[in-house]
Amino acid sequence: MTPPTPSPAAPLEVTDEDSVTPAKPSALKGNESRSPGRLAWSRFKRDRAGVISGYVVLFFFVVAICAPLISKLYGKDPYTTYGINIPGLLNEFNFPVKPNGGISSEFWFGIEPQLGRDVFTFLLYGIRNSLLIATAATLLTTLFGVVIGITAGYLGGKTDYLVGRVIDILLAFPQTLFFIAFWPVVLAIFVSPEENTPVWLTVTSLIIVMTVFGWASIARLLRGEVLALREREFVEAAKVTGASPARIIFKELLPNLWTPILIQSTLLLPIYVTAEAGLAFLGVGLQDPTPDWGVMLQFGAKYYQDDITFMLFPGLSMVIFVVAFNLLGDSVRDALDPKTKR
Amino acid sequence: MSSTTPLLDVAGLTKHFPVKGGFPIRRTIGAVQAVDGLDFQVAEGESLGLVGESGCGKSTTGRLITRLLEPTAGKISYRGQDITHAGRKDLAPIRSEIQMIFQDPYASLNPRQTVGKIISGPMEINNIKPEGGREKRVRELLEIVGLNPEHYNRFPHEFSGGQRQRIGVARALALEPKLIVADEPVSALDVSIQAQVVNLLQQLQRDLGIAFVFIAHDLAVVRHFSQRVAVMYLGKIVEIADRDDLYGNPRHPYTRALLSAVPEATADETPARERIRLVGDVPSPISPPSGCRFRTRCWKATDKCASEAPPLVQVEGNKPGHLTACHYPETADTVPSPHLTKDPEAAA
Repeated sequence: MTPPTPSPAAPLEVTDEDSVTPAKPSALKGNESRSPGRLAWSRFKRDRAGVISGYVVLFFFVVAICAPLISKLYGKDPYTTYGINIPGLLNEFNFPVKPNGGISSEFWFGIEPQLGRDVFTFLLYGIRNSLLIATAATLLTTLFGVVIGITAGYLGGKTDYLVGRVIDILLAFPQTLFFIAFWPVVLAIFVSPEENTPVWLTVTSLIIVMTVFGWASIARLLRGEVLALREREFVEAAKVTGASPARIIFKELLPNLWTPILIQSTLLLPIYVTAEAGLAFLGVGLQDPTPDWGVMLQFGAKYYQDDITFMLFPGLSMVIFVVAFNLLGDSVRDALDPKTKR
Repeated sequence: MSSTTPLLDVAGLTKHFPVKGGFPIRRTIGAVQAVDGLDFQVAEGESLGLVGESGCGKSTTGRLITRLLEPTAGKISYRGQDITHAGRKDLAPIRSEIQMIFQDPYASLNPRQTVGKIISGPMEINNIKPEGGREKRVRELLEIVGLNPEHYNRFPHEFSGGQRQRIGVARALALEPKLIVADEPVSALDVSIQAQVVNLLQQLQRDLGIAFVFIAHDLAVVRHFSQRVAVMYLGKIVEIADRDDLYGNPRHPYTRALLSAVPEATADETPARERIRLVGDVPSPISPPSGCRFRTRCWKATDKCASEAPPLVQVEGNKPGHLTACHYPETADTVPSPHLTKDPEAAA
């Protein structure tokens, strides 16, 4: 049901079409049939804002995936302290000598004050790490939310009651506060305070904690959807033919739930990106030597009175990403649910 | 019917839905007696019509036979095998023989599956591999129910209500059932489409020898389709008889009232029929009346009706197989007392 990635030529063909009538060529073929998914895809292709934001999001993901390749071609990495190693880049106050954060043909986005690391590769890897955490958390959240929500909704009774109360408690929990307050406690269980926390542990615990608090809202939404769907006659029809509960859940119910699942997860990812950056900014989560959007913003906030450039690149790229992803989420919803009107 | 075991034998079938209430601890405070002690048989290749007004337990009966609901009491046997409380695994071999056609063609087809997938699904579940593959069989089935086999890859939203109901019929046929429970299969369709679907079902019954339990509230449709008809009122069968017997010689007052409500097209040839207009509403199935359940609306009710529930028996003057549950059965010349029930316009 997931629409394939857009082919470059696709939006050009249909942008001028009337927005109500379906694409003519396929209607003429007569016997060719259009699944609800394909109808949604053709609606999506007609939404210009959606397609453009789709490309923007795609661009960010490509950049994130190709970060090592790009930095290799670019010839720099995010860890080397160029400013200290090469004299003449930083002045006596440890600020870049050149204006606008030291932007030059060699350092495209400038260099950091103090350590003199390359901002461009730092941002690339920051995007990579942020998107890795946010994507993993989104996938896990969706997976748990879907499984728990559908099971609770389909089984009903005591299971449903129990799951419902757990969801209530989780949704009532102040997530960010918990993070700030308990983060050191949780980490102390694994690592003694003297040692450095390994990055993988930080990343894993971030993903786990985000998932633990995130699945509840998706689960609640899907539980409601399943409650409505399971009384439909096509479920009874499957039961009459002897279908097992697993078959009913995965073959009959799940295909009807892709719409809310897809919408929820596309809206969830930007939330996780900002949440993760916010935590890093507050000093929880990823820490300085590890490139990250939040770490960069924290760094930029230290110097923005002297030079706004360090704030500009991570801030702008994040705003573009989040706005594009939210617009994409909106378009996906509009395409999948043609009854909603904006 | 008496010599061999019937295809389906239902005895004392009862379904009570618990009514929960109370705070803070929820407990059962009553029961909706949706179906209360049904007895009937369906012979092989026979069509039994089940009629009655809304809420009388027709659909519940259908869902009990197909075991979508768990009976509270009573016994359902299929070919002599007790399936009353059989689990999903025990039911597996019988599932393919008892199928169901649903009322709402818009809700009974999964909107995300193609027609081919919908119809081949039952074969997949029961691991049936027809000769020439499932797709070929699905195309055959589509042809049998009067659809274009080319529609194999289409989705339900591309079809009209009547076509969708045909898809539902094809799905039911996919397992080559011996018994189909049709739960108001045409009541959601246009009148012009109703006839097509009923004729299709009738043709299938004739050609494939499938027995039907045909649930409907439309007496004309049932008369057209069923060899035997059972009339239900408030969870009980009040009268069961061969079609012509029931329509020609109704013995239960309720049957009579139902039949009199059917509009007649032959206005000027036959004298206008007495229109029996029942007063009041159907009593709540949570607390049905004592004795005969119809007594609160019956023009003949006496104290006996309140104290004693009439058994479903062959009353005097009935042909064999015509059973009526009434203390004071109607006869051909019984005329309901005018002050209570007769249509004032018809009397004038």
